[in-house]
Amino acid sequence: MIVFLIYIAIFVVSFFVVKFVARKAVTDYTSLKTVTFGDESAVTPNRIASVVSVLTIFLLWGAFTGSKLVPPFLHAPGPFFGDASFTYTAEADDGTQDDATVTVRVFEVGTDVEVPVVEPGEGWAKNDADTVGAWRSGLIRVDDNDEKGRDEGHRVIAVNGEPIEPGGSVQTDFGRVGMSPKGTLNFEPSKGWQMEPIWLPAPEAVWDRFLEIASDGFRGSTLWEHLGYSLMRVIVGFFFGALVGIPLGYAMGLSDWFRGWFDPIVEFMRPVPPLALIPLVIIWAGIGEVGKIILLFLAALWIMAIAARSGVSGVRISKVHAAYSLGASKPQIMRYVIMPNSLPEIFTGARVAMGVCWGTVVAAELVAAEKGAGMMIMVASKFQNTDIVIMGIILIGIIGFGIDMLMRWAERVLVPWKGKG
Amino acid sequence: MSGLAIDKISMRFDLANGTSVQALKDVSLFLEEGELMSVLGPSGCGKTTLLNIVAGFLAPTEGKIVMNGHTVTGPDAERGMVFQQGALFEWMSVRENVSFGPRMAGQREKKWAENVDHLLDVVGLHDFKEKAVYELSGGMQQRVALARCLANDPDVILMDEPLGALDALTREKMQSLVLKLWKETGKTIILITHSVEEALLLGERLLVMAPRPGRIHREYRLPFADLGVGEDLREVKKHPEFGQRRDEILGMIWDMEEEIMGRTEDAQ
Ligand SMILES: Nc1ncnc2c1ncn2[C@@H]1O[C@H](COP(=O)(O)OP(=O)(O)OP(=O)(O)O)[C@@H](O)[C@H]1O
Ligand SMILES: [Mg+2]
Repeated sequence: MIVFLIYIAIFVVSFFVVKFVARKAVTDYTSLKTVTFGDESAVTPNRIASVVSVLTIFLLWGAFTGSKLVPPFLHAPGPFFGDASFTYTAEADDGTQDDATVTVRVFEVGTDVEVPVVEPGEGWAKNDADTVGAWRSGLIRVDDNDEKGRDEGHRVIAVNGEPIEPGGSVQTDFGRVGMSPKGTLNFEPSKGWQMEPIWLPAPEAVWDRFLEIASDGFRGSTLWEHLGYSLMRVIVGFFFGALVGIPLGYAMGLSDWFRGWFDPIVEFMRPVPPLALIPLVIIWAGIGEVGKIILLFLAALWIMAIAARSGVSGVRISKVHAAYSLGASKPQIMRYVIMPNSLPEIFTGARVAMGVCWGTVVAAELVAAEKGAGMMIMVASKFQNTDIVIMGIILIGIIGFGIDMLMRWAERVLVPWKGKG
Repeated sequence: MSGLAIDKISMRFDLANGTSVQALKDVSLFLEEGELMSVLGPSGCGKTTLLNIVAGFLAPTEGKIVMNGHTVTGPDAERGMVFQQGALFEWMSVRENVSFGPRMAGQREKKWAENVDHLLDVVGLHDFKEKAVYELSGGMQQRVALARCLANDPDVILMDEPLGALDALTREKMQSLVLKLWKETGKTIILITHSVEEALLLGERLLVMAPRPGRIHREYRLPFADLGVGEDLREVKKHPEFGQRRDEILGMIWDMEEEIMGRTEDAQ
């Protein structure tokens, strides 16, 4: 919630700052347009906004994970580390009361820690010492070393002077001291606003993990093998999907028999999310490469068939007429008019299909795989290796984005006439 | 027998809802080789339908088209068509578009290159021949369409509002170009237009069609096309007979339009 409010605040503030700084600079053609609303060309993404947006994400990520990349004054309040202390007041059945101090050393989980050494102190209640990991909590049996123990009716009645009862708690400067229903104290050091690494590791931790896995691999395969396997499955599945789907779409666009025969199949299969086919494909073909490629083949097939079909039937009749009256034969019209005319549609379909395939392969690997990006994050999540999970998600995102960029680039180069008919 | 005979053509479209539209009824016409005929008529009177039948894109319900002694059964390279717009192949360059006909006929580049380049010169697109057609303006695109049709050397050129989408100035230049090409090549041309002036300027013969059912209403033989060759078309328009004819035909079409409107209002 707080993160969200901070995010909105950064959005608004940076908007005004950038607009103020850039105000004098812009008097180009776009700003002279009378229609600047709803006109697609009038609204181009503000690059500064994009940069600020990405920086903001990393800034918030770093600030709330105590990252070293973010200057300390920008950090959200972190968890307490060091020696916390509070006093308790105990009472025994004989009506005597005594105070003692508890010193708790709060340490970073995963590092070595020693129990602090304390003087026993005066009176029958003796001073205690213990350790608790940050973001954890620990029971502290203060009666263990006291001269009057449970047998003498030892019970804690106050912490730092504030009365406490079983089930209640007292807030101290260092954290919360609670009392269990049975009367045992437990200490929960204050967590601050930062995220525990197990929920969200700092950016540099993810980066370090990336370097480590990039050089050492994960689960017997290198990082590049994992990603390469995922990519290879997508490419092979898409390739076969296009290889079958495009001719099928052409046949459907050109022959009423094909159209009638395959329409029900294609129209039925298209809305079925490929993910829903995973169980069936696993039953039929197992969790190996064949099963995955069949799945991706099916994911791409219908999209490509429909794209090719609409590419063929979308040809302007006057173009076909013109070709006929210029003396072209049917095969020539197919080759020189219908095919090039359908290419833009096919490219659009291919872009969609690649995106769907990439999503599907990751999902399929989450379910079952020996290698692959999805398998990597699934296994990591089972061991609570959040840094690997986040690294995997980022890599999956980058590759998906890269695929889309590549397809757009190919589209620009190969079908420059798209949308210009 | 050379020339183009339109022989008692009738065309009825059966619609999905069971009714039918009589788009043409008993249209007969004969065009000598090398004649230029413009066709006028209110919207929906069957001009496009007639042209599509002559081109061979549509089979008439009755009657036949006879060209140079043989009956037309389908589209053919001897009858070229220039569409209003959007019929160029945008995946080909200007030159590839213009050479489409010869290339489909299997001619080698050596054979067609000279003619194609000459035609590109004629239509003033020499400097644009390697450009993509979508980079051209509307008027330039229509010149490509014209050149593409001519490169195929058809006997008859059919044009359906070829200049309809152009601005006045470009249109005038294109009209001169059509006249020039007509005189130079001696092609038989049928040109559909909505502009009475254009029909008068370009039509050696002028056909006025009437709607419901589509039929020939009147035919004129006019001197302006011959006068206009190599002449400023604005001078031709000053000819006294020109203004008189224009008013006469405008009135005629106006009456027809009014009749249609009246009829649809009655129906409501
Ligand atoms: N494919 C078709 N199916 C059904 N009716 C059609 C079809 N083509 C044309 N018509 C009808 O035939 C009539 C003549 O149409 P056509 O397109 O030939 O008119 P037009 O004279 O070219 O009109 P415009 O000047 O507006 O282009 C119209 O009433 C039209 O509705
Ligand atoms: Mg028409």
